[in-house]
Amino acid sequence: MNPKSVNRIATTVINSLVGVVVALLVLLISYILVTGLPHMSLDFLLSPSQSYQAGGGIRDQLFNSIYLVILTLIISFPIALGAGIYLAEYAPKNWIVDVIRTLIEVLSSLPSVVVGLFAYLVFVIKFQVGFSIISGAVALTIFNLPLLTRNIEDSIKSVPDFQMQGALALGLSKWTTIIKIIFPSAIPGIITGIILSSGRIFGEAAALIYTSGQSAPVLNYANWNPFSPDSFLNPMRPAETLAVHIWKVNSEGITPDANAISSGASAVLILVIILFNFFAHWIGKKLYKKFTVGEVK
Amino acid sequence: MQKYDLSKSYVKEVNSNIALETDQLSVFYGKKQATYDISLKIPKHSITALIGASGSGKSTYLRSLNRMNENGNTNVKGKIIYEGIDINSSKVNVYEVRKHIGMVFQEPNPFAKSIRGNITFALKNHGIKDKKVLEERVVSSLKQAAIWDEVKDHLDDSAMSLSGGQKQRLCIARAIAMQPDILLLDEPTSALDPVSTGKIEETLRELKKNYTIIIVTHNIQQASRVSDYTAFMHSGHLLEYNDTNSIFNNPEMQITNDYISGHFG
Repeated sequence: MNPKSVNRIATTVINSLVGVVVALLVLLISYILVTGLPHMSLDFLLSPSQSYQAGGGIRDQLFNSIYLVILTLIISFPIALGAGIYLAEYAPKNWIVDVIRTLIEVLSSLPSVVVGLFAYLVFVIKFQVGFSIISGAVALTIFNLPLLTRNIEDSIKSVPDFQMQGALALGLSKWTTIIKIIFPSAIPGIITGIILSSGRIFGEAAALIYTSGQSAPVLNYANWNPFSPDSFLNPMRPAETLAVHIWKVNSEGITPDANAISSGASAVLILVIILFNFFAHWIGKKLYKKFTVGEVK
Repeated sequence: MQKYDLSKSYVKEVNSNIALETDQLSVFYGKKQATYDISLKIPKHSITALIGASGSGKSTYLRSLNRMNENGNTNVKGKIIYEGIDINSSKVNVYEVRKHIGMVFQEPNPFAKSIRGNITFALKNHGIKDKKVLEERVVSSLKQAAIWDEVKDHLDDSAMSLSGGQKQRLCIARAIAMQPDILLLDEPTSALDPVSTGKIEETLRELKKNYTIIIVTHNIQQASRVSDYTAFMHSGHLLEYNDTNSIFNNPEMQITNDYISGHFG
């Protein structure tokens, strides 16, 4: 075979593989949106869920999902940032560090049910925290950390070494250089990692069933005191998220409109994730610009 | 290639106004020795070129002078004497050393900041807060690096939008904004086109009035064009050090003659 036809065959194969991926994606997303959007209304978004009657909404579940993502990121991002910086810039090249890297990878592939049960036993039962958003956030942190750490490490490593050299040659310390030169340049990559991990948090159900619970107590959105039991900001209250709600409505829902609710909620979940992505990219661009006066590549 | 005797060398004794001196400087990468007992006196307010084939140790030697070789298993033995102090001692604050001995690299490496931000970033971190002082440094360093006229109207634009030659002159400006005594240049024009190279050489000739410059170059013509003194290195050994005129017109060593006439390297 001549090089030309080899190339043509390879290109055709690659293109059709990409086609399969795109077709699957389009099919799935459009199916969810087409079946879900008709059930989506302002009323659906803004009213609390019902246990027995039709006409329940997803207001609290939607808020819980977003709140959980934010809480989880608040806990996991600083830890992952520290670990990522260490692995990228300070870790010596030896077998201990290699073992740590391998363990991080193993941790990221743990089944979420196992992590959920672990968090249930440790936090909910042993420490008597009870079903709460904070227990859920800690459970999600456990498998969010490896992904985020790895991503931050890679993003920092992808900043060319001569940036570091340039700053060191000006008499700056390594730490100053990392925080003020390397980290800002790595922001676009880190934002991508945050988006990927938040997508996983939004969609997670198994680990949350045992930790943040399956009930959505009535929330008072006017109560901004995070220590008050009915405040929407209280991290110690049980909180059913959107993904858990979809699972519950589908498996044991007894409301007459269970199907409509789960389709609608699925569509909302997808839209929220998409919106979150845009929002995160937007914030990332702003931050990158603020720190660097440069355009995002 | 013929065998040369690396134990013989010719090093001219320079005694006028020494800016920097190394005494038996040897650099080791792990167990591998990269330079062998290099003793050299660099005269003040002049340009000294380090020439030699790839692997001759000239960049390694240069990077030891402001202690940029300090990572992992690199080990630098010998003395580097600057203003009467051995700055290779572990007691000496390496960050302070680098304020006095600046460096420009082969690959232009401006920070992803504005043109002004590139100059002021290090200054601010070294505690200069006065806006007037910062602005003065920006203007004077960009003027000295001969890039002021090209950038004065868009100091707040990203430095990444500059051309390669402009970036490199910005890096020179960034280094001299620290008001160092000595500038180390590691093949500063090897990634640039001839026009930009010419401009940088012109800049260096201006700069030597106020700074001591040590430049590593692959380009033999460049060494003969810009430098006052030339050191020829081979396989980690300093084999000849003389004023540039003598090196290029009447080298003492056979190997120097062979290198500058293009027989190897």
